[in-house]
Amino acid sequence: MRVLVVGYGMAGSRAVAELRSRDADVKVTALGAEPHRPYNRILLSSLLAGKVGEDDLAISAAPSGADVRLGERVVAVDPGRRVVRTTREEHEYDALVLATGGLPVFPSLQGLDSPDVYAFRTLDDCRRIVARADGARRAVVLGGGLLGLEAARGLAGRGLAVDVVHVGTHLMDRQLDGDAGRVLARTLAGLGVRTHVGASAREWTGNALHLDGAVIPADLLVLACGVRPDTRLAAAAGLTVGRGIVVDDAMRTSDPHVYAIGDCAEHRGSVYGLVAPAWDQAATVADRITGGRAAYRGSRVVTRLKASDVDLAAMGSLETGADAEVVSFADPARGTYARLVLHENRITGAVLLGDNPAVGTVVQLFDRDAEAPADRRTLLLGRAHGADPPVAADSPALMPDAAVVCRCNTVRKAAITAVWRAGGRTVADVAAATRATTGCGGCREAVCGLVDWLSMVDPDTRDPDTEVAA
Amino acid sequence: MRDFQPGNSREPTPKRQLATVIGMSDTHCPYCALQCAMRLRAGPDGVDVEARDFPTNQGGLCQKGWTSADLLRHPERLTTPLVHDGETLRPATWPEALDRVVAGITAIQERHGRDAVAVFGGGGLTNEKAYALGRFARVALRTSTIDYNGRFCMSSAAAAGNRAFGVDRGLPFPVEDIAAADAVLLVGANPAETMPPFVRHLGGDGLVVVDPRRTATARLAALHLQPTPGTDLALGNGLLHIAITEGHLDRAYVDARTTGFDAVRAAVAQWWPARVERLTGVPVADLYATVERLANAQKAMVLTARGAEQHAKGTDTVTAFVNLALALGLPGRRGSGYGCLTGQGNGQGGREHGQKADQLPGYRRIDDPAARAHVARVWGVAADDIPGAGPSAYELLSSDAVRALLVFGSNPVVSAPRAAGVRRWLGALDLLVVADFVLSETAALADVVLPTAQWAEEDGTMTNLEGRVIRRRRATPPPAGVRTDLAVLAELSGRLGAPTSSDPRTVFAELGRASSGGVADYAGITYERIDAEGGVFWPCPDESHPGTPRLFLDRFATPDGRARFTPVEHRPAAEEPDADFPLYLTTGRVLTQYQSGAQTRRIAALPGDPYVELHPDLASRIGVDDGAPVTVATRRGSATAPARVSTTIRADTVFVPFHYGGANLLTNPALDPISRMPEFKVCAARVAPA
Repeated sequence: MRVLVVGYGMAGSRAVAELRSRDADVKVTALGAEPHRPYNRILLSSLLAGKVGEDDLAISAAPSGADVRLGERVVAVDPGRRVVRTTREEHEYDALVLATGGLPVFPSLQGLDSPDVYAFRTLDDCRRIVARADGARRAVVLGGGLLGLEAARGLAGRGLAVDVVHVGTHLMDRQLDGDAGRVLARTLAGLGVRTHVGASAREWTGNALHLDGAVIPADLLVLACGVRPDTRLAAAAGLTVGRGIVVDDAMRTSDPHVYAIGDCAEHRGSVYGLVAPAWDQAATVADRITGGRAAYRGSRVVTRLKASDVDLAAMGSLETGADAEVVSFADPARGTYARLVLHENRITGAVLLGDNPAVGTVVQLFDRDAEAPADRRTLLLGRAHGADPPVAADSPALMPDAAVVCRCNTVRKAAITAVWRAGGRTVADVAAATRATTGCGGCREAVCGLVDWLSMVDPDTRDPDTEVAA
Repeated sequence: MRDFQPGNSREPTPKRQLATVIGMSDTHCPYCALQCAMRLRAGPDGVDVEARDFPTNQGGLCQKGWTSADLLRHPERLTTPLVHDGETLRPATWPEALDRVVAGITAIQERHGRDAVAVFGGGGLTNEKAYALGRFARVALRTSTIDYNGRFCMSSAAAAGNRAFGVDRGLPFPVEDIAAADAVLLVGANPAETMPPFVRHLGGDGLVVVDPRRTATARLAALHLQPTPGTDLALGNGLLHIAITEGHLDRAYVDARTTGFDAVRAAVAQWWPARVERLTGVPVADLYATVERLANAQKAMVLTARGAEQHAKGTDTVTAFVNLALALGLPGRRGSGYGCLTGQGNGQGGREHGQKADQLPGYRRIDDPAARAHVARVWGVAADDIPGAGPSAYELLSSDAVRALLVFGSNPVVSAPRAAGVRRWLGALDLLVVADFVLSETAALADVVLPTAQWAEEDGTMTNLEGRVIRRRRATPPPAGVRTDLAVLAELSGRLGAPTSSDPRTVFAELGRASSGGVADYAGITYERIDAEGGVFWPCPDESHPGTPRLFLDRFATPDGRARFTPVEHRPAAEEPDADFPLYLTTGRVLTQYQSGAQTRRIAALPGDPYVELHPDLASRIGVDDGAPVTVATRRGSATAPARVSTTIRADTVFVPFHYGGANLLTNPALDPISRMPEFKVCAARVAPA
């Protein structure tokens, strides 16, 4: 079995690893167009922000037995002969995996051939932006989606003043509702990122972006107007192509020997453009090629903005059907916003922005399509809600007699009261009679509080110095 | 005002003053690895316990310690050997019982080979006993089939420690260092229940606790991470990912003192925070906050315990946290470090001196020719006559090749995974011999039960969680008819043609010679030094050596002196929830019980009954109220106990304490490929009203 993987990014490299881990006999060759060693695209925005270096982007070395060829660009696929032609030679295959990824979308804008215009997609893009940003004062990012905001935050982190221009009615309009978009804009403003929504860019003049009715001076323009599947090879080879390369649940294209995964693939009408689905697809395709029966049935997508000081999670759809239940919380002044939509006791969509301690729980409930908690407040407040009972020392009077004061020795309030009644007057008396405080010592304050309280409610006329319980 | 000295029995046990003190000894608690110091006063009517000041417990004891002497004169105490005659266990004389043991061993070995006779030890045995047991197996029985319940306890941390540092000592520093640390990350540990006086060393401000339950320990923490059971490895990788991307890598340390970082960096690059959040359920913000606390501390500690370790990927999970500690430059830096909290009383020493399937005394590998030659000289045998490595604990307890088993200091019917299968296996043996001081669930199945002495009735040494070798001292003689484990082993060895000493001091001296030059070198430790110095930390190669409270300050115990990073990948639990078994089951401990409960369940003053902890949402979904009986079922069995409904547990998880016969009927014996640790801490379960 000769497997050829075209594309050695996040999806392709994963497919190679999955194939090798499943079957040591399968011969895997991978062809990567980019000349440098494969890198972790997830960390590009951290690289842009200057938080990591290029070394930190390295992905795990290719598994032994895999033949990975970098800088070898595929120019054609011939499904009839089962051959792939590269700039250098031809490769025969029994199974072909296309992981060609996506291409940046370029907006219709005048002046894109002017200097200082940068796409934000590849490591090379990132290098160019970083090089230009060094010494620059102002940047403008075109596109207020996930990628654009990560780029903007990264550039702001480098000390640049950043403007984001977004054609939609609010930021990240594919994931957020208007209120969330506005809270997010406010949060970004506090981090040095100005946003302009509902704004159409007309022209880049090399030192400013001209909008309808406004001019934003900037030293560089970063384009983050989305990504489209790179279907060029597949289309030329006659494979069925829609928005992406159309695949079935086996990740198989219209040719039974050709598979497609990752940003280039269209499955059940969805093109994900995210790593997690691409990896699920890579596992499926590896299983299929090595004789398994795995099926990919789509991914539940959770979008997380990866940027310092911005905590944003968005998932599912905020559409509310007739039987929808909505749970929400907003504290815009502190940048906190939460809106959850539930149908039949399950979370079908959510936006959580800012300090939402239950975000981990919400993500898991959505991911698993699991029943939501009966008390919906826990979806907003998480661990903060219904937290621990008050500390014993705070309210000795209110503490029930059966309350355990000293866990290490299972000493209840009643036992401590009994020591008092028998004439014990100090913490040491209580310790001697009950062993309270002799374990971890953590209840010492509580026992002190109880002894103080007892001395107030049951004052003793006898001199405690001379009356000690035997 | 006059202070009462804590020390006497608490209510409702009547206060007792021993009129005449016959024996008095400064010793340590018989239970957990903290080995709290205590003073025993023995009189004609019993033994009184006093807490004693020591660095580990600072004068504290929990109720297990306070009541430990209640078992000495317990009505269920065994004082005569028992032999199985047809249907019942009946009292027998020592000669009759030992004859039967020796005749059985001899016949089985003649018929089925030497390895058909197996030995199973325990992490509560003194160093002397652990050593003597290993020697008994290899020299008297000449069987390779020996392992112990510490496999269920410390093996994953041990394997990870050896892999990273070249040595496995639970804490490579004294316990006081923890108190002085500004930040402590505690992964899968609940010391507020398992070793309460240890909490004296945990400051609250810098404490981060990782546990699927909001335990008593988690409540002490500034930050509690409550991950999905079985996802700690992803959590560890995710924390390291953040440490790198946020610029907290200690580059100078990594360059100077470690190897292998690049492969780990590449591996954790794939564990970005959102991915970790989705898998673990721990919010991204909490992941960042955890790393910030550790990275910004002057002194920081990463500590793991059974919650991280008792998994089919326990070794790799511990490694993920070791990697984190190394990247932050903690191990080998005074006041910082990585450590694991040992469980059983002598969990540390018990794994160093030869009752482990693959080891010889001194933490030597049994497949190392030089180690075999050294130990053979001490034992007076040919190196070739020492058997090789045998099967690990669960593999031993399910092996078709084993026909006879001798058990010392363990109760596997309760403590082994998939316990119903272990019970059946024990029942099918030709000979089961159990040495114990009560009729444990395992002893009740035995052909021969040998009554042994308790901690207060014997001398010896223990090695506590710090690697400090301490003294156990006899306060009172054992009851008539009872023998020490060492005496039993010496008698059996003698009858099998390999005489040895039953005197603890003599055995310890021999242990010292056998361990000399090994990783856990006790050669310079004597009873006198322990008495004079308040314990001695190993390694201590000779009598002029001061012992080693802090390891790794100059170099790690690897050939090149550097700590080793090892890349580890998260993988699912061996059994994840599905439609039939939709919940996670996890198991653990409670404050009032110890291990299989054979001791603590017999002490009237210790409260505690089995229960099933579950979240109110789950309880209401299945229609049970707090206290109502519920049945937890897994693919291996079911157990019923009252529901304990609590918001402190994740809604997708149920918890059952393992000190009772039920929990391990449920657990999954899937084993870690390196440590052979069973997956006690996670499996798929369903729960329904009983």
